[in-house]
Amino acid sequence: MSAAPKPATHDHAHGPVPAVSARGTAPEALRLEDLTLAYERHPAVHHLSGSFVRGSLTAIVGPNGGGKSTLLKAVMGLIRPAAGRIERFGLDPARIAYLPQAAELDRAVPVSVAELAMLGHWRRLGAFGAASQEDRARAQAALNAVGLAGFERRPIATLSAGQLRRALFARLMLEESPLILLDEPFASIDQRAAEDLMGVIARWHGEGRTVVAVLHELDRVRRHFPATLLLARHKVAWGPTADVLAEVNLTRARALTAAWDEAAEVCAA
Amino acid sequence: MISPYDLLIAPFAEFVFMRRALVGGLALALGAAPLGVFLVLRRMSLVGDALSHAILPGAALGFLLAGLSIWWMSLGGLVAGLLVAGLSGLMARTTTLKEDASFAGFYVLALALGVMLVSRAGTPIDLIRALFGSALAVDDAALWLMAAVASLTLLGLAALYRALVVECLDPGFLKTHGGGLGTLAHLGFLGLLVLNLVAAFHALGTLMAIGLLVLPATAARFWAETVWTQMLVAAAIALTATVVGLLLSFHLDLPSGPAIVLSAGALYLLSVAVGARDSLYRRHVQSPHLRA
Repeated sequence: MSAAPKPATHDHAHGPVPAVSARGTAPEALRLEDLTLAYERHPAVHHLSGSFVRGSLTAIVGPNGGGKSTLLKAVMGLIRPAAGRIERFGLDPARIAYLPQAAELDRAVPVSVAELAMLGHWRRLGAFGAASQEDRARAQAALNAVGLAGFERRPIATLSAGQLRRALFARLMLEESPLILLDEPFASIDQRAAEDLMGVIARWHGEGRTVVAVLHELDRVRRHFPATLLLARHKVAWGPTADVLAEVNLTRARALTAAWDEAAEVCAA
Repeated sequence: MISPYDLLIAPFAEFVFMRRALVGGLALALGAAPLGVFLVLRRMSLVGDALSHAILPGAALGFLLAGLSIWWMSLGGLVAGLLVAGLSGLMARTTTLKEDASFAGFYVLALALGVMLVSRAGTPIDLIRALFGSALAVDDAALWLMAAVASLTLLGLAALYRALVVECLDPGFLKTHGGGLGTLAHLGFLGLLVLNLVAAFHALGTLMAIGLLVLPATAARFWAETVWTQMLVAAAIALTATVVGLLLSFHLDLPSGPAIVLSAGALYLLSVAVGARDSLYRRHVQSPHLRA
C-alpha cells in the first residue's frame, strides 16, 4: 500500500453532527488530526482525521489488525503518534476511563471484588489517600449497578469472565470520567453479562459522557450505537451507524484487508 | 531426659552467639519475609535468586579492599546487586532478550567472578563463608545492618503497599493512572530486594540468602488470603524457621544457615500438605465431594 487512501463513500469528515453544544464549550470531546500510528515502523493507522462529539456513543469496528486497539492506546497516551496529533481539549489522559483488553489483569493477585472496584477512586485517593464512607458507599452502588451485589468480598480469582468484566465496569463507573474508552468490552463473556453491561454503557451515554467502544458484533452495533467508525488501517467510513455499516463500506474494508502485506507496508506520507 | 528449658531456652540464655543469631534472624524474618510475598506475587522468585548471586563479586571486592569489614562488603554487594538489576532491566528494554534471560546471563557471570575474586584474595574458609554464610558469627555491625534493613523494608513496604499491589494486579492501570508511580514502585521494590539480600548474605551466604524471602512467602499462600495477612504469616513462618534452625544447629552440631533454610523448607512442605487453603489435604482429603 503506498497510495493515499481514497475518500470513503459515506465519509463524514467530522463524525456525526452534534445536536446542541451543551455548555457553550467545544462540541468535540476528542479530535484526531491526520493521525498516523505505527508499531515498530509498521503503520497500524493511516492519516486518520475526525472527531468524537461530546456525549456521543461511537463503536469502532473493522478487521483484526485494523488499528482499533492501537487507536485507543494512542488516545490514552500509551503510544506516541508517528504523525499527526490527538486533540483532547485539555483532558488529561489519566482522567480518561479505559478498559483495555482482558488479558492485562493478573487474577492470581489476592484482591476482592470491592477492592478492584475501589481502584476507580484512584484519581482522588492515589497510592496513599484513605477511602471515606462515601467512597465505599459509591463503590457499593457501582457494584449493585453492574449486578455484583453480594460479591463484594469474593476474591477476583473465583470470578467468571463475565463477573470480572462486571467488576471492571464498576471500576470504570467510579472514575466519573467524561470520556470512556472500551476495548472489546463484550469479548468472551456470557450473553447475560453482555446485555447488562450494554445497559451500563447506555446509562453513561444518557449521562452525557462520551463513550467509544471497539466491538466485533455488528448486530449489537446496529442496535445500540448511534455512530460508528469503520477502521481498516485507513478510515473506511465514520458517521451514523446505518450509513457506515452499508455493504459497500464493509466490502471496501475487506478489500483493504486483503491487500495488506506486512513486508510491503510503507507509509507514503 | 532433657528438659524443655535445656532444649529451647538454655542455648539462647547461655551463649551470646546464639542470641546474636536469634536477633539477626528476627530482623531478617520481619523484613525479608513480607518482601518475599511481593516477590512471589510478582513472579520474580527466580530473579531474586539471580540477584542474590549477583551480590557476591561486590562483596568480594569490598573484602579485597578492606578485609572482613561488614560495611565495605555490604556496600560492594549493594552496588553489584543494583548494577545487575539495572543492567538486566536495561537489556530487557533495549534488546529482544526477556528480563529473566538477561538476569540469568548476568548472575552466572557475577557468581563466577565473585568465586574467583574470593578464591584469589581469601582462604577457602572465606569462600565457604561467602557462599553459605555464618549465622552464628554475626557481629554488632552485621546486627545493626540487618535491623536497619528490616526497618527500612517495613517502612518502604508500608509506603509502597497500594502501588505494589496495583502494579501486580493491573500494571496497565497504573501506567495510565499512576503518573510514573509504577516505575517508582518497581525501582523501590528492587532496591529493597537488593538491600535484604545483602543483609541476608551475612547470615545465610550468597547461595541461600533468597531462602528466607521465598520459602515463607510461598508457604503463607496456603494459610492466608489477602496480601497483608500473607505477610504476617510469612514473617511468623520465617521467625519459627530461624528459631528451629538455630536450635537444630546447636543441638545436632549442624551448619546454621542450611539448618534455618531447611527448617523454612520443611514448614513450606508442611503448608503445601496441610495448609488451610488449597493444600493437598484440603483438595483431596477433606472435600472429596468437590471432585465429582
